Amino acid sequence: MRHVTYEQRHKPDIWNRPHISAEAAIMWDHEIRAMASSHSIIAASVFMATVLPAVLVPGFSVYGTHLLWLYSVSAAVAAVSVSVFWLLGISPPTKKHTLGYKLSRLFRSCLYFFLSCLFFHTVVILYGAPLIESALETFSLAVLLTSLTTLRCLCVLGPNVQAWIRVFSRHGAMSVWDTCLQITVAFTLIGAWLGAFPIPLDWDRPWQVWPVSCSLGAMIGYLTGLVVAPAWIHYHRKQLTYKCK
Amino acid sequence: MRVRSSVFACFILIFEVLGVALFLRGFFPVPVKSSFSSKSKLSDLPAEPLAGSPPNSTRLPQPLFRRVVLMVVDALRDDFVIGPAGSHMPYTRYLVEKGSSHSFVAKARPPTVTMPRIKALTTGSIPGFIDVVMNLNSPALLEDNLIWQAKTAGKRIVFYGDDTWVRLFPKHFMEYDGTTSFFVSDYTEVDNNVTRHLDSTLKRDDWDVLILHYLGLDHIGHISGPHSSLVRPKLLEMDDVLKKIHGSLVSKEAEGSLPYLLVLCGDHGMTETGSHGGSSVPEVNTALVLISPAFKRKAGMERPGEVEQVDLAPTLALGLGLPVPQNSVGRVIPGVLEERSLRDQLRFLHLNGHQLSCLLRDSTPDYQKEAGFEQFRVAEKAHGSWMKLYLEGNTSEVLTNMGKKVLKQYLEALAAMSSALSKQLGKYDMYSMIAGMVFVFQLLLVLLLAMPEALSSAAAVDLPVLSSLLSLPFYLLCLLLASVHVLVCTSAESSCYFCSLSWGLVFAAVAFSSAMFCILISMVTRRLPFGPAVHGKSPVRSSGGEWSLSELDVLLLAGTVGHTLSLAASSFVEEEHQTWYFLLNTLCLAVFQDVCRKYFREQRGSGDEEEHLLLSKDIRSSAHPKQEVVSEKWLALATPPFTLLCCRLLRSLNQTGVQWAHLPDVSHWINSSEHKTVLSLLSALCLLLIYLLVQRRCSLVSKVALALGLLGVYSYRAAVGSVLFPWQRSGRAASKGTVEARFVYVFVLGILFSGTKDLLRSQIVTADAKLKSRGLWEIYSGLVLLVSLLFRAHNLPVLCCGLLIQTLMAQFIWKKLHYDAAQTTIMHYWFGQAFFYFQGNSNNIGTVDISVGFVGLESYIEAPAIFLTALSTYAGPLLWACHLVCYLSSERERSPVAVGHGCYCLALLRSVPAAAYIVLVTVLRYHLFIWSVFSPKLLYESMHLLLTAGVCLVFITMEQSPGSSKS
Repeated sequence: MRHVTYEQRHKPDIWNRPHISAEAAIMWDHEIRAMASSHSIIAASVFMATVLPAVLVPGFSVYGTHLLWLYSVSAAVAAVSVSVFWLLGISPPTKKHTLGYKLSRLFRSCLYFFLSCLFFHTVVILYGAPLIESALETFSLAVLLTSLTTLRCLCVLGPNVQAWIRVFSRHGAMSVWDTCLQITVAFTLIGAWLGAFPIPLDWDRPWQVWPVSCSLGAMIGYLTGLVVAPAWIHYHRKQLTYKCK
Repeated sequence: MRVRSSVFACFILIFEVLGVALFLRGFFPVPVKSSFSSKSKLSDLPAEPLAGSPPNSTRLPQPLFRRVVLMVVDALRDDFVIGPAGSHMPYTRYLVEKGSSHSFVAKARPPTVTMPRIKALTTGSIPGFIDVVMNLNSPALLEDNLIWQAKTAGKRIVFYGDDTWVRLFPKHFMEYDGTTSFFVSDYTEVDNNVTRHLDSTLKRDDWDVLILHYLGLDHIGHISGPHSSLVRPKLLEMDDVLKKIHGSLVSKEAEGSLPYLLVLCGDHGMTETGSHGGSSVPEVNTALVLISPAFKRKAGMERPGEVEQVDLAPTLALGLGLPVPQNSVGRVIPGVLEERSLRDQLRFLHLNGHQLSCLLRDSTPDYQKEAGFEQFRVAEKAHGSWMKLYLEGNTSEVLTNMGKKVLKQYLEALAAMSSALSKQLGKYDMYSMIAGMVFVFQLLLVLLLAMPEALSSAAAVDLPVLSSLLSLPFYLLCLLLASVHVLVCTSAESSCYFCSLSWGLVFAAVAFSSAMFCILISMVTRRLPFGPAVHGKSPVRSSGGEWSLSELDVLLLAGTVGHTLSLAASSFVEEEHQTWYFLLNTLCLAVFQDVCRKYFREQRGSGDEEEHLLLSKDIRSSAHPKQEVVSEKWLALATPPFTLLCCRLLRSLNQTGVQWAHLPDVSHWINSSEHKTVLSLLSALCLLLIYLLVQRRCSLVSKVALALGLLGVYSYRAAVGSVLFPWQRSGRAASKGTVEARFVYVFVLGILFSGTKDLLRSQIVTADAKLKSRGLWEIYSGLVLLVSLLFRAHNLPVLCCGLLIQTLMAQFIWKKLHYDAAQTTIMHYWFGQAFFYFQGNSNNIGTVDISVGFVGLESYIEAPAIFLTALSTYAGPLLWACHLVCYLSSERERSPVAVGHGCYCLALLRSVPAAAYIVLVTVLRYHLFIWSVFSPKLLYESMHLLLTAGVCLVFITMEQSPGSSKS
């Protein structure tokens, strides 16, 4: 496990920071480009996961067969993010290369994934979703949220709770990818949160049915996050500074 | 003038309450009602006028009709029958053009919604908003009305259709079948359910009045508008129904007996999009067709005349030989009478005129000046002399002409009186509303502008009162506003409350408003950078740079603003509890994140500079064993999830709102008789917990009193019969529990008294902070005891969870995380709002539990009943506000101005939604749901504002002046 020092964390005074060298700038550009392309691949996968079933499965629609859409999108995002991040090699290097260690990492990742599903499920129920009725819908939403947020954390940070806590505490980002992770996760959750607002309206629209609006909100938030993250980092690259490893 | 924040906030709130009261007075016009609450009786009718001799007989002329069929088609716009679209109803069209009928465009008054329109049709009055709000608890129509009159006169009434009628007139119908308009998407079944009774009813002969109310057309309008393809078949169906009724009536017509009358009318119209409720022309214009062999046959199509919808009530009443309903403002439709003898016609008009003049006399102070009243007097005299000539056997042409003249005089008088009366009704008093709104907004702006000063460390606001009172603009503004007032009041046609106020009051209001305006201007100039620097070091600018918002602050601000905005949507008003639950959950999660951040960071980064503060604290508290610190950490971490869990459980206790109110909830389950044991155990447990939570801070005497009081609460509930006593015999009949309740009241008063005594002693004799805080907590516990008596047994968990959350949050969150007074106040406010709904309240008047007003009282006594009902309804917000006072004043050593800040924030939190809501209601005053959704919410908002003003008064007394707190 890496040891990290936190001097920078409590000194966010961006004004007194040394200038970034040209070399670093090039590296940054490279990273931002990689981020943008990976994000576009993920966004394309979401698009494909919506369009392909519509072609292949008769009677498919985002509202009508919502759970099918939800799982197809979750699976697509999960598969594509895992492969993209594995190819990019962002996940932290492992010290041991033994098969057993890798297996245990995999196992822990799966466990975290499942725990995160349960966590989201609990939170959604605390927000007022019915406890027994439509439990499947609630759990599907939790799966979607997990594959949009937790899975990404697993890809970028590995099954390492300490690192997660660091990234999600204030001024805790240590690389462009951490910032990107913060932005996408925040956008996804805010999207899902905002998605709950139309539910009490009496418009009787198909997208007001539980959990359509929330999952759509999460999806839209996620896609927005994918676009915003590289753009924001690009425009704020002068102000961003990380205490490197 | 420098005033403390709390005094300032309280002052603003009290004046806002006055402003809102003025607004409410304008928004809910007082209905025109005859001063007698009784109903018109046949024996009260005036005698036929006769000049120069004792009054003639008081008998009514022979009725016009034997049987009446009233066919109401919901949302039957005028052009569906008589306009170009009339071809959809061929039979009706034929009758209108060729048959013996009269057709009219009947103008409905807004709000064009079914229930008030039914009231208008049957009472002839124009129901005001406040009527509906006040009558929500007793849905039956108590006013004098046609149906009651008919029933009293022994007419047998049959009704099929919208069950609103059944609710309005319970036990009035000999036979009825109500259909609900609940499922708007059903437009076939709802009408078939009416028509299926028709054949058997029409065959029979045992009824006098048949009322049908068809809902299908309205439903189609709501689904797809007036031009949809569904409208045509529906109108054809209605046409067939009319044909069937008409055919049957014609076949039953017997020679010699009185004729029948068939009325086809709509209750309101619909807009081009199919909705209704407002005052646009297509919503207001409805069709009215009267068909009877008593009328002349028509040669061809004429342009239909215009009548008021309320004219139908007196017409039907006189047609059936009944007295006109007392509050009717309509006038009889003259065409209906035209085939009768002149004497009868005059007599009918006289009766109608007499009723209108009585109503006018009762409702307007200077009725003698009304033109219509005078005309009626003249006409009555002329009528008397005509009668004299008539009875003398004079049958000359002159007499007929004279009679015609009297008839014309009567008609003019009726028209004038009717319009004078209806001018007072169904209209918003816009001037009062705007005046109230201006007051409230001035105050709100002053409150907002004073924010930096009020929340500064001095917690005092510098109001430039004197300088603005002595300035020229103040006097100019006074003059301007006074002249505007005179101008508006002299030119206004309709009566206006603000104009009817006495001059002194109005002048005070004008002066106050202009003073506020001047203060506002001078405060704005002080805030602006180029303004004259009154105080060189304004607290704003010095602290402006340091203002950074945490996630929690963002959430608190966004939540407050978002909630205010959400009030514009009727669904969000109906389901406001969802908004609050949602915000509260998010708040708890945000707090959880804060707690996590604090404890995990503290644990890990022990070498950090930030930890020095905490370290120094640790040294101070190093006496504590480490065990305690760890357990405290875990308790703090567990508090937000526990709060979330509590909220989730409470939320399923009472389902409120509209959309999901029908779902089964825990309170239903627990209140059913087979779960009485569970309820008993639960309430006993809750009372025990309440005792444990509250007693900690009380003196020994209060502890004993509290324990006995809570025992009394349980025995009260047992006496009422909602819970079981373990040693109680099952056969005991439920009593009112007056003795038990009074027993509890004694202890409540005792605790309150002892608390007040402590407070006074700390204030006057010794400046002992400890004594003061104990006094406060005792008052708080007295309040808790009172609320636990008033709450129903199944609601005790709400109280219990509330106390638990308050204790935990105060212990582990607010103190430990160093939230400032503003943040704590906002959190308290949010919790208070959520608990308001946890108790089962909603924004509907119907959920107010009125039975609370009888706790401990033998009979209904108004003042305590209202007090107790208000207290139990607003128990959640009140308890949280009281907890805020106690908490902030016990935190005085940390921040001496916390109470002032809290009071200011509370005032701001309450006035922002109240002011915004006033504007929203004014904008949406013709909205379809203004009666059912927005008006009750307006009453709730005003009541809450009033209560908050009261709480702020308590704040003032609690806030020590800076001088005394130092000592």
